[in-house]
Amino acid sequence: MGFDQRKDLLGIRDLGRDEIEQILDTAIPMKDILKRNIKKVPVLRGKGVITVFYENSTRTRTSFELAGKYLSADTSNLAVSTSSVQKGETLRDTIKTIEVMGPDILVMRHGMSGAPHYVARNTSMRVINAGDGTNEHPTQALLDMFSIREHKGTLEGLTVTIVGDILHSRVARSNIYGLTKFGCEVRVVGPSTLMPPEIEKLGVKSFCRLEPALAGADVVNVLRLQKERQQAGLFPSLDEYSNLFMIRPEHLRLLADDGIILHPGPMNRGVEISSEIADGPRTLVNEQVTNGVAVRMAVLFLMMGGSRSEIAG
Amino acid sequence: MRLLVKGGRIVDPANGIDETMDLLVVDSAVAEIGRSLPEDGAELLDATGKIVCPGFIDIHTHLREPGFEYKEDIASGSRAAAAGGFTTICAMPNTSPVVDNAAVAIFVREKARQAGVVDVLPIGSVTKKQAGEELSEMGELAEAGCVAFSDDGSPVTRSDVMRHALEYARMFGLPILSHCEDLNLSRDGQMHEGYRSTVFGLRGIPAAAEEAMVARDVIMAQLTSGRVHVCHASTAGALDIIRKAKLQGLKVTCEATPHHLVLTDEAVESYDADTKVNPPLRSEEHVEALRRAVADGLVDCIATDHAPHNLESKDCEYAAASFGISGLETAVAVVMDKLVNTGLLSIGRMVELFTAGPARVIGLSASRGTLTPGVRANITILDPNTVRTVDPAKFYSKGKNSPFKGMELRGWPWAAIVAGTVVCRDGVVAQGLR
Repeated sequence: MGFDQRKDLLGIRDLGRDEIEQILDTAIPMKDILKRNIKKVPVLRGKGVITVFYENSTRTRTSFELAGKYLSADTSNLAVSTSSVQKGETLRDTIKTIEVMGPDILVMRHGMSGAPHYVARNTSMRVINAGDGTNEHPTQALLDMFSIREHKGTLEGLTVTIVGDILHSRVARSNIYGLTKFGCEVRVVGPSTLMPPEIEKLGVKSFCRLEPALAGADVVNVLRLQKERQQAGLFPSLDEYSNLFMIRPEHLRLLADDGIILHPGPMNRGVEISSEIADGPRTLVNEQVTNGVAVRMAVLFLMMGGSRSEIAG
Repeated sequence: MRLLVKGGRIVDPANGIDETMDLLVVDSAVAEIGRSLPEDGAELLDATGKIVCPGFIDIHTHLREPGFEYKEDIASGSRAAAAGGFTTICAMPNTSPVVDNAAVAIFVREKARQAGVVDVLPIGSVTKKQAGEELSEMGELAEAGCVAFSDDGSPVTRSDVMRHALEYARMFGLPILSHCEDLNLSRDGQMHEGYRSTVFGLRGIPAAAEEAMVARDVIMAQLTSGRVHVCHASTAGALDIIRKAKLQGLKVTCEATPHHLVLTDEAVESYDADTKVNPPLRSEEHVEALRRAVADGLVDCIATDHAPHNLESKDCEYAAASFGISGLETAVAVVMDKLVNTGLLSIGRMVELFTAGPARVIGLSASRGTLTPGVRANITILDPNTVRTVDPAKFYSKGKNSPFKGMELRGWPWAAIVAGTVVCRDGVVAQGLR
């Protein structure tokens, strides 16, 4: 099944490799559109895209909005903090209300895992998961994979190390599901209190020390540390965390010669990533953001049944 | 009044009976079991091809009344019980107000007498308001007809309170039904902690949260010589601890629920909140251990942990949903289909788990869970050949929250008789009763 046959994009876990490749391939001409003077093609003209974010987000929401606008969709954002949700409206009712306004695609972020799955079952709109709890963040993984493939020429057989709070990271899960489908050796490293149980059953290698996890890695994906995890007793202090797990310049020599660094942002400089690395030439943070728009354009386009010929030229 | 149940396979583990015979009820008591009993003007109930058992007992039912009648009330809950083949249910005290004094216990009994169709035995709380601090007036509760004490829904967190509860309850010969959960370990958890919680991205509840508390309660049972009953045991480690306690001769019993025996945490994949239950659905190795423990006699009884909820409590995001399964109407059929029909349990063992077993736990084995002539004529009749698909919309319970919805099951309760009155026949609860 091609990705364009799907109703929803809820996660990477249930996507086939062919579907991922279809999205990444479609994102290439989308990125070309972003380089044009006039960044607008008419392929989604007359289509409605609404973003509903129950959790704060700037880059993902804006990225989806711009992606929709560049494809000529009418995009709208429901600001949950000022919506009826604050008056106690249920998720189901909110979604039903939106549905009858007629948008074709609902882009949703929610703090609870599985919320988009629940919504997808209860609406005829197409649902894109823009991050649900600690479950998945599929478009982030797709843009990470796109960025990696762009730099390395392939995803096949790469060694990718994901660093940080794996337990609470939807980015980590989606990356693991995606990269392992392409035969990557995926390593995860972080404090043992932030490592999910039985993580190795997902086909990854787990480490609790940084150096061996970085040895020979083609890609390092650094996760944002949520500082409130310390209050929850999961690690003793930010100082100790950064001593043990922050990516610093001296770590670069451990990587493969052309090893690159990714970060989904926003970054905690001096906690999980040093400023030298964050601003260094091997770190793709800004490219990831650009690629995020291209990948989301590809997802929106394919979900509305678009074909490659429509965006050629 | 005479009722002759004719030609059924009578299975009464308490008396070692398993053969095809007739059963005569006179007034509200079992009068006689024998071959070709004369009709003598009795009402006839043809039980050919059916299994005639002592009335099934559920020692773990949440009836929600008083206080949460929108989720369930005693009338609807007792009809659900009858439809599910239960003739006696024990009502957990986590209502509002809590059953922590005689007045509320008497209210439950009286309401059941007026509106119910099966026997409802109240359970008193261990602590006042189930707050875990001060003991309830257990003597008064026992006098008002409570058959056990429990703070179920929550554990008795403080070890000193549990110690004193066990010591004090000993005076009345009643057990403490313990919800074993270390809240510090389970906090914010949504499902069993393990591979699948990692995959689904839901906060896990480790098996250790249950096991740590079971171990504590076993130690308290040893200290006090009190009777501890472990509610809804669900982990291999908890069963190991219970097994050792029993070998030591401690007064420790336990129950298993149908959902923990049949479903694994794989069911959570849909994020359908009907699979959300506390303790959570466990992984295969735990389910397998529980099934073995039920088959080999370690588990004393099967209990439903019937926890009905209104639609709004379940039709929402997984993390926002309430814990619990509406279990009364599916428990017997699930066990029949998934454990008996698959050969894991004999009919006799299954009937024991629903009758003599629970009666022993609450200390009523002389009067319930048996067909001994002279006892109250509570009788459950099963039809091993009925095939039906679980349809919560047809539940008598107000709670439609069932993870078994859509499942086709073979072997359903066919009739329920309470004190000689047929309250349910062919799965349909009689109208106009009380």
